[in-house]
Amino acid sequence: MSNGTPTTTARAGSKAQRSAADRTQLQTIVLRFVRHRPAMISLFVLLVIAGFAFLGPFFWTWDHRVSSDILSNQPPDSAHPLGTSSAGHDVLGQLMRGAQQTLKVALTVSLCATAFGSLWGATAGYYGGRTDAMMMRVVDVFLIVPPLVAVAALSGNTAGGTTWSTIAIIIALFSWAQIARVVRGVVLSLREQEFIEAAKASGASAPWIIIRHLLPNAAGPIIVAATLLVAIAILMEAGLSFLQFGIQLPDISLGQMIGEARTAVSTRPWTFYPPGVLLVLICLTINFIGDGLRDALDPKQTMVRR
Amino acid sequence: MTTENMSNTETDVAAHGDAILEVDALDVTFPSDDGSLPAVREVSYALRPGEALGIVGESGSGKSVTSMAIMGLLPKNAQVEGSVRLMGEEILGLPDKAISQVRGKKVAMIFQDPLTSLNPVYTIGFQISEAVLAHNDVGKKKAWERSRELLEVVGIPSPDQRLRQYPHELSGGMRQRVVIAIAMANDPDVIIADEPTTALDVTVQAQVLEALQSARRETGAALVLITHDLGVVAGQVERVAVMYGGRIVESGPVEEVFYRPRMPYALGLLGSLPRLDEDRAERLSPIRGAPPSLMAMPQGCAFAPRCPMARDLCHTEEPGLLRTLDNGDRVPPQPGDAIAHVAACHFSDELSEGIRPENLFRDADADAGTGNAGPVAAPSGADAPAAEAAGSERAERGPVGEPEVLLKAEDLVKNFPIRSKGLLKRKVGDVQAVSGVSLELRERETLALVGESGCGKSTTARLLLNLVRLTSGGVSYMGKPLQGLSDKQMRPLRRDLQIVFQDPFASLDPRMTVADIIAEPMLIHRTRNGGAKKRVKELLELVGLNPEHGSRYPHEFSGGQRQRIGVARALSLNPKVLVLDEPVSALDVSIQAGVINLLEDLQEELGLSYLFVSHDLSVVKHIADRVAVMYLGKIVETATTDQLFEAPAHPYTQALISAIPLPDPVKERTRERIVVTGDVPSPADPPSGCRFRTRCPKFARDLSEPEREKCVQEVPGLLERGSGHRDACHYSEVVELL
Amino acid sequence: MLVYTMRRLVGAIPVLVLASLLTFVMIDVSGDPLAELRMATPAPSEEVIQQEAERLYLDHSMPERYWLWVTGIGGDGNIGLLQGEFGPSTQGQQYEIGPAIAERLWTTLRLVGVAMMLALGLAIIAGAVSAMRQYSKLDYTLTFVGFLCLAMPTFWLAGIVQASGVEFNQLLDVQLFNTIGDGRYSAEGEGPWPQFVNAFAHMALPTLVLMLTSFASWSRYQRTSMLEVLNSDYVRLARAKGLRNKVVIRRHALRTALIPLTTVFALGVAGIIDGTILTETVFQWRGLGDFFITAVENNDSYALMGWLILSGVMVILANLIADLLYGVLDPRIRYE
Repeated sequence: MSNGTPTTTARAGSKAQRSAADRTQLQTIVLRFVRHRPAMISLFVLLVIAGFAFLGPFFWTWDHRVSSDILSNQPPDSAHPLGTSSAGHDVLGQLMRGAQQTLKVALTVSLCATAFGSLWGATAGYYGGRTDAMMMRVVDVFLIVPPLVAVAALSGNTAGGTTWSTIAIIIALFSWAQIARVVRGVVLSLREQEFIEAAKASGASAPWIIIRHLLPNAAGPIIVAATLLVAIAILMEAGLSFLQFGIQLPDISLGQMIGEARTAVSTRPWTFYPPGVLLVLICLTINFIGDGLRDALDPKQTMVRR
Repeated sequence: MTTENMSNTETDVAAHGDAILEVDALDVTFPSDDGSLPAVREVSYALRPGEALGIVGESGSGKSVTSMAIMGLLPKNAQVEGSVRLMGEEILGLPDKAISQVRGKKVAMIFQDPLTSLNPVYTIGFQISEAVLAHNDVGKKKAWERSRELLEVVGIPSPDQRLRQYPHELSGGMRQRVVIAIAMANDPDVIIADEPTTALDVTVQAQVLEALQSARRETGAALVLITHDLGVVAGQVERVAVMYGGRIVESGPVEEVFYRPRMPYALGLLGSLPRLDEDRAERLSPIRGAPPSLMAMPQGCAFAPRCPMARDLCHTEEPGLLRTLDNGDRVPPQPGDAIAHVAACHFSDELSEGIRPENLFRDADADAGTGNAGPVAAPSGADAPAAEAAGSERAERGPVGEPEVLLKAEDLVKNFPIRSKGLLKRKVGDVQAVSGVSLELRERETLALVGESGCGKSTTARLLLNLVRLTSGGVSYMGKPLQGLSDKQMRPLRRDLQIVFQDPFASLDPRMTVADIIAEPMLIHRTRNGGAKKRVKELLELVGLNPEHGSRYPHEFSGGQRQRIGVARALSLNPKVLVLDEPVSALDVSIQAGVINLLEDLQEELGLSYLFVSHDLSVVKHIADRVAVMYLGKIVETATTDQLFEAPAHPYTQALISAIPLPDPVKERTRERIVVTGDVPSPADPPSGCRFRTRCPKFARDLSEPEREKCVQEVPGLLERGSGHRDACHYSEVVELL
Repeated sequence: MLVYTMRRLVGAIPVLVLASLLTFVMIDVSGDPLAELRMATPAPSEEVIQQEAERLYLDHSMPERYWLWVTGIGGDGNIGLLQGEFGPSTQGQQYEIGPAIAERLWTTLRLVGVAMMLALGLAIIAGAVSAMRQYSKLDYTLTFVGFLCLAMPTFWLAGIVQASGVEFNQLLDVQLFNTIGDGRYSAEGEGPWPQFVNAFAHMALPTLVLMLTSFASWSRYQRTSMLEVLNSDYVRLARAKGLRNKVVIRRHALRTALIPLTTVFALGVAGIIDGTILTETVFQWRGLGDFFITAVENNDSYALMGWLILSGVMVILANLIADLLYGVLDPRIRYE
C-alpha cells in the first residue's frame, strides 16, 4: 500500500534505487504492525479460517447440501465431528461453505464500498463549500436509514431469491457512506496542507491532486476503515441471513445456520455454537487487525522530535 | 562530572543558603521503538531567589523536557533520574499529594501555546479561582476577587467582564496573560516560563513580557525563562544556560555568554542570527549540519560534527562543564559559585576575546574542503550551505536604468465571506483580509511584505499568484492581467510564478520521493520529458543537497534540507518570480542562516525576483531591497530597506521595529521603546478611518482631540514622503530607532 | 437556541424527502406487493388481482404513487403522510399501518431508550478507565471485552443470553426472567410494584444484549478522546496549578472528553435500531421489529415506507439532540 500508485516519472534506470527507498517507508509500517502482537495473532487465525473456508471443502467428504447418507440430528461423532442438522446436513461441511460465503460477501462489500466511498468523500472534501454540502447531504441520506433494515427491505423483497453477489451489492449500497464520511474528514484537513497548495501553484488540476496527493495520503485511514467495514459487513450479512432475507437455501451462510438453530440452543447445541463462534472469531480478528493497522499507519505514532 | 556532583553535596548546607531551586544531574530518557532516547543528560543548575535564568536552545535540545521533569509533569513512561531540590527539599518523585502542594504554590509554570493552555469549557474566572482555591481555602467569593486583582496586575482591561468569558473569546496575548495570572496566583517562589511568547506576534510579545515582569515584581519570584530567542534572553534575564543535545553546554552571566562565549555553539548561534542592529550587507555565517537526533547522539561532544574547531578528542570524549581561566586552563567552578561562566568545550581557551563567528565558521567551511567555487559547484554533504563563496560581499547592483516591473498589483481586495452554518450557507458578513493593496515587483529585486499574523500578507501573496480569487482589483504579470483567468489559462504562467512555503514539514507530500516532488511541476507542464531526471539532479545540487538523495522520502531530511527541497521544486520550471511565504520562520536559528544565504545566492545566479513574506523584521532587513509594511489588510508604509529601518515614519512600523528584541544584552536593555497596547482588531469589523488608531501610541498620547477626529473619520492615503518612501499616517514623523 | 432548533428541523426536511424518495424507488423496484396473491392457491381471478392492485394504488405510475404517498391528494383518504395516513397494507383491509406502528412504538422505544442510556454510561466509564490506565492489564482486558462485543452478532448473543436465562430460572426455580415476549400487557391494572417487576423480568435480558452490542464502539471513542485530553496542555496546566490528580481527572479531563462523544452517539442510533430488530425477533417481542419483518414478508411496501420514515425521523432527532447537547457541553459552540 504505502505511497500508493508509484508515480510514473521518466526515470527508467532508478527502479532498483526506488524500491530500496520504498522499503524503508513500508518497512517501518510493517515493523510496527508486526510488533502489534494481537494483530499478528489475529492475522494468523484469520488466514487459518480462510484456508478452512476456501480449501477445506476440497478435503472434506461432505459439502453443505443435504445428503441421504447423513442421519439427521446426530451429536458430534467421528464421522461428523460437528454433528448433523435436523434436515440432514453435515455441520462441518455447512460451516466451511458458510464461512466461505460470508467472507466472499464481506470482502466484496468492503472493496466496492471503499472504492466508491473514497472517491466520493475525497471529491466532496477537496472542493468544499456548496459541492461538499450537497454531496454530504446525499451521504446523510444513506446514514439516516438503518442499514440492516434498508438492506432487508430490499433483498427480502427481491423477487426470485438472492445470491451472495446480490446481497453484497445491496450491503455495499448502504455502507459506502461511512467510508465517504471518514475520507472527507481526512481530506478536509489534508487539503489545508501546504503540499496541496504547492501542487496547485504548479498548475495541477483537481483530479491530479485528488488522485496523486489526497488519496495516497489518506491511505492509512482508508485502509483501516475498509478493514473495519469487512467486520461490519459480516455482521450485517449474518443478521440478514438470520432474518432469512439473505442467502437462501440450499446455499448457506453462517448467519442462516444460527437462524436455523436458534430454537435448539439447548437441545442441539452443536448446530448453534460452531457458526456463532466462527463468526465471532472472524470479526474479532478483523477488528484486531484493524487496530494494528491503525497503530502502524497513524503518523501521530512517530514521536521522534521533541 | 561526578567529582563536581560530590562537591556539590558536600557544600549543600552552605550552598542552598542562597539557592532556591537546585537541579542536580538530571537525566530524562524516553523509551521508544528504537531504544531509549536520552532527552536530557546531566543537567544541573541552581537558581537564587528572585533571579532570572534563561535557558536557550533549539528544538530538541531538551530545554522543555527539563522543566517538565522538574514539575513532575512528564508522561508516565519517562524515566527521570537525578535530583531537584526546592529550598533544600527533594521534589523529584514525590507522590501526588505532596507534589500538588509544590505545584502552583512554590513553583508555577507557564506554557508555550496560550491557545491550548486553558480549558475551553470553563470561564477565565473559574480557572484562575481554581488556582487560588487549590492552595487557599478562602471561599469562592474571595477567590474570584483575587482573580480580578490578578487580571489587573497582568494588564487586562475590564477584568470583571473578562472573568466571565470563556478562553475562546480572548486573543492569544490575552490568554497568555491569563496563564501568567494563574501562575502568580499563589505567590510562587519560582516561575518557569516555557517559551511564553513564541506563539505570539512581536508587539504582543512585548506586552506579555511586560506582564511577566509585573508578575515577578509582585511575587518576587525567581524566573526560569526557556526560549529559543536570543533577543528575549538578552533583555529579560541575568544569567543564561545554553542547551544542546540534551545537555547544558555553556552557562554564565548573560553579558559573559553573549560577548565572550566559550563554546563554539553559542558563538555560532549568535553569528547565524540576522540582526536589526547590523549592516545588511553582512553575510550570515550558518552552522553546518543540523541538531543531532536523540536516536543517534554522536560520540563525544554532541556539537562536534558541526563544529569547525572539532578535533579527534572532541569525537571521543564528552567535555565537562568547566570554567576557563585567563591562562587557558579549564577548572571546575568554585563550589557554590552558581554564577560562574562555564562551558563544555575541550578547546574553550581558543575562543579568545573578540573572535567573530564569521571568521570561525567561514574558515571551518574552507577547511572542510567546500572550496570557494560558485554556488552550483558546492554540494557538500547533507545540509551544507550551498554557497560559501568565501568572503563574498553582496555584489552591489548598479542602477542600470529602471528595472522592468514584473508583477504589478493594483488596489487588491479580498473579502472572505463569513457564512452561516446551515444548509444554505448564507453570507452573514465579510472578513476583509486584504483591502486595497497596490504593489510592484521589479526584475531581480526582493520586495518584503511584513506584518503580524492576520494582517493579510500571505493572502496578498496568494492573490498575486492567482491561488486565491480576487474580490476586486487587478494583478498583472509583465503587463498581462491575471484576474479572471481559468486554471487552464493560468497554467502556462505558473512556470514563471512559483512559491516556497513556510512549513517544511507540511509543504512536501510525505508519500512521494524527493525526486518525484521536484519533478512534479515538470510533469504537470510536460516539459523535459526525457531530461527530468537529470534536471532533478541539477536542482538538488543547486540547492546544496546530495544529488544522489533523490530517491529518499521527505521524512529522512531535516527541516532545513526540506526547505531546500521546496526551493528546488519551485525552481524546476525556471521561474522568474518566487514568492517566499515565511520561508525560514519554521526553522531553527542555526539552520535559518544557511537557507537565507542560499536564497541570496540563487537570486544572484538566476536573476530571480523575490516577494518575501515575513513577520521577522531582522530577516527582512537582511534580505530585502524594498519593504512594504502591512497592518489589517492595508499597506501602511513602503520604502527601501535602508529608508525604512533608518527613518521609519508610520507609528506602526516604529512600534514593530522597537518591539523586536536585540540579541545584545546592553543594547536591548538601554534602547528606547515605542509600545503599542491591545490586540489587533478583528478584520471582520475594522476601525473606521485609520485602522491602526485603536493601538496607536501617537493617537493615544500626542494628538489633540481635533487631530484625533481626523484619524477616526478619514482613511489616510499612502502618500509619498520623497524618494519612493510612502506612508499612510495623517501625522507621520520620522523617528530614529536603531 | 429555539431558532437554531427550528432551523435544523427545517434543514432536515430535504434529507428526509431525499431518503424517502430513495427508499420508495428501491422498494418499488425490488418487490411486487401482489406476489403473494398471485402465487396463492387456488389462483385468484384476474378481477380480484385487479381490485387489489387498485386498492394499493398500483394502477398509478411510480412518481404518482410517491406523490400520493406524501400528500394523499387524489387518494381514498387512507394515504398521504402529510394527512397522517400511511397508506393501504397488503395484509388485509382491516390492517391499518399508522395505528399498528403507534401501538408498537412504545414497546420498542422503552427497550431502545433504556439500553442506550445504560450503554452510554458503561461506555463512558470503561473508556475513561481504559485511558487512565493506558497499557495496563485493565486497559487490555477492557479493550478485549470491547472488541469481543463488537464482534458479537446480536442475534447469536441474544440466543445465548436467552438460553442462559432459561437455565438461570431453572437453577433458582423462580421465574426471574421472562425469556419470551415483551409482557407489555401482562401486568395491566396492577399496582406500580408488580408492574415494575413485570417490566424488569421481560426487559432485563434484551436490554443486556442491546447494551453489550452497542457500548463497545462508544467506549473506544471515549478512550481515544480521553487520552487526547489527558495529554492536552490544559490538563497539564491544571496539574501545574497544584490540583490533585482526581480533581484534574474529574473536572478537566472527563468533562471535556465527553464533548466529542455526543456526535458519535448520534451516529450509533441507526445501528441500535438494527440491533433492536434482531433482539426483538429472538425474544419474540411484538415491537417494531416484528412489525417490520411481517411487512417484509408480506411485501407490504407502504408499511415498510412508514417504518423507514419513522426510523429516519428518530435518527435525525437523535442527531439534533446530540448537536444541542454539544452546544451545552462546549461553550465555543453557540446556537443563535
